[in-house]
Amino acid sequence: MEHIKTLNTRDLAEGCGECQTSCQSACKTSCGIANQQCEKA
Amino acid sequence: MIHQYRLNGYNIVLDIASGSVHVVDEPAYQAIALLDQGLSKKEVKDRLLESKVGTEAELSACLEDIAELQAQGQLFSEDTYAGKAFDYKNRSTAVKALCLHVSHACNLDCEYCFAAQGKFHGQQALMSFETGKRALDFLVENSQGRRNLEVDFFGGEPLLNFEVCKQLVAYARSIEQEKGKNFRFTLTTNGVGITDEVIDWANRECHNVVLSLDGRREVNDRFRKDITGKGSYDTIVPKFQKFVASRGGKNYYMRGTFTHYNTNFTQDLFHMADDLGFTELSMEPVVAKPGDPCALTKEDLPTLLSEYELLAKDMIRREKLGKPITFYHYMLDLSHGPCIYKRISGCGSGTEYMAVTPWGDLYPCHQFVGEERFKLGNIWDGVTNTSLRDEFKLCNVYARPACQDCWAKLYCSGGCAANAFHAQGDIHGIYEYGCEIFRKRMECAIMIKVAEAMDPELAKA
Repeated sequence: MEHIKTLNTRDLAEGCGECQTSCQSACKTSCGIANQQCEKA
Repeated sequence: MIHQYRLNGYNIVLDIASGSVHVVDEPAYQAIALLDQGLSKKEVKDRLLESKVGTEAELSACLEDIAELQAQGQLFSEDTYAGKAFDYKNRSTAVKALCLHVSHACNLDCEYCFAAQGKFHGQQALMSFETGKRALDFLVENSQGRRNLEVDFFGGEPLLNFEVCKQLVAYARSIEQEKGKNFRFTLTTNGVGITDEVIDWANRECHNVVLSLDGRREVNDRFRKDITGKGSYDTIVPKFQKFVASRGGKNYYMRGTFTHYNTNFTQDLFHMADDLGFTELSMEPVVAKPGDPCALTKEDLPTLLSEYELLAKDMIRREKLGKPITFYHYMLDLSHGPCIYKRISGCGSGTEYMAVTPWGDLYPCHQFVGEERFKLGNIWDGVTNTSLRDEFKLCNVYARPACQDCWAKLYCSGGCAANAFHAQGDIHGIYEYGCEIFRKRMECAIMIKVAEAMDPELAKA
């Protein structure tokens, strides 16, 4: 596409619960859901 | 829903429901904005021709690109998740993480402490091994099929109860194979009690350590003092440097708090990076009651937002120099980020994540400890206040009316229940000041990912 470049992102339309609890990661006062990684994506 | 913004020379378009991130040229940026306002393709083309944004051929190609992305579900995609709702009331109640308050006592006397100098508005106390052991058993018993279990040693200052921390890890290791579980321990410490023994133990057993330091000496020592009123900087910095070096500079976060007194908090981050050698950084706005002298004010907000932009641009500069730093809230993995279930349900407080007091009481998270009405139960009887747990089960992004028109809702998951409660008296409310900060952080974090994809210098770095 000449006018638009799309980054490689996880398709949200496409729940195991094994990912890290966000609150435990670094800050303890503001959740970082978006900063989590999914090993199974 | 889409969100468009310009930052650092990039035109960025986010498609919220699909999670797609697009970088576009000027004709596409303007065309998408007009289509979002409801104009037809012909009206868009006519208007952009009139304003000389592009030639007829360019605009036709541009509109074709947009139509192709729409057909692929990557632009103007529909939010179908609210309708599915994932039956949150009846979802599983597996517990997978505990914030273990091994100490309600502290060897510092930080004036801004949300936990009232570690005592959480109650009495000083240390958790016994028996209580901690029962907490770990409670976690295993209530974890259902979850394999990865997390325990954060928290307080107060957890190293005031280091012997119990060691015993609890040893106990967990003794049962994890038999129970088919994998315990991940983390430690949050003010650093005063760090010794060689603590370092060896943490490097062997702790998946991550969170080290509290606010940045520049005068900033840190304004609030982080010992009980005689002496600042902690000179005591803790050498200990932190030794600790971090022994971990190979990995699996740690320097965790600072910024207040009304240091709204130029990037200077504290840069001090930690450039003068102290720390590269894994987290800096959070203070949790304080409005009117408290250290509380952030409405007038502070524009400064904070520009600081976040300054930080993002500086991180790109550092990456190009081959000396990157990590800022927790700018860590995004676009292709391996959280699934939609996680994005809707949020941090899991009160359901899959709970705090345990030194006496074994259960609370939805560490920020509710001491608020009697939020007691969920205890580690012997389990969750007895099931109606409160149900309230937290429903605490998701679609349960918050104020979030429905926000582009960041699937990045923040509706925000922090504790912040909402303290701001509005309702766990289903929002903390608008925090929302403003969050949206800016997300714009900056995504811009960095865009720069990494678009800037050939960064691709080489």
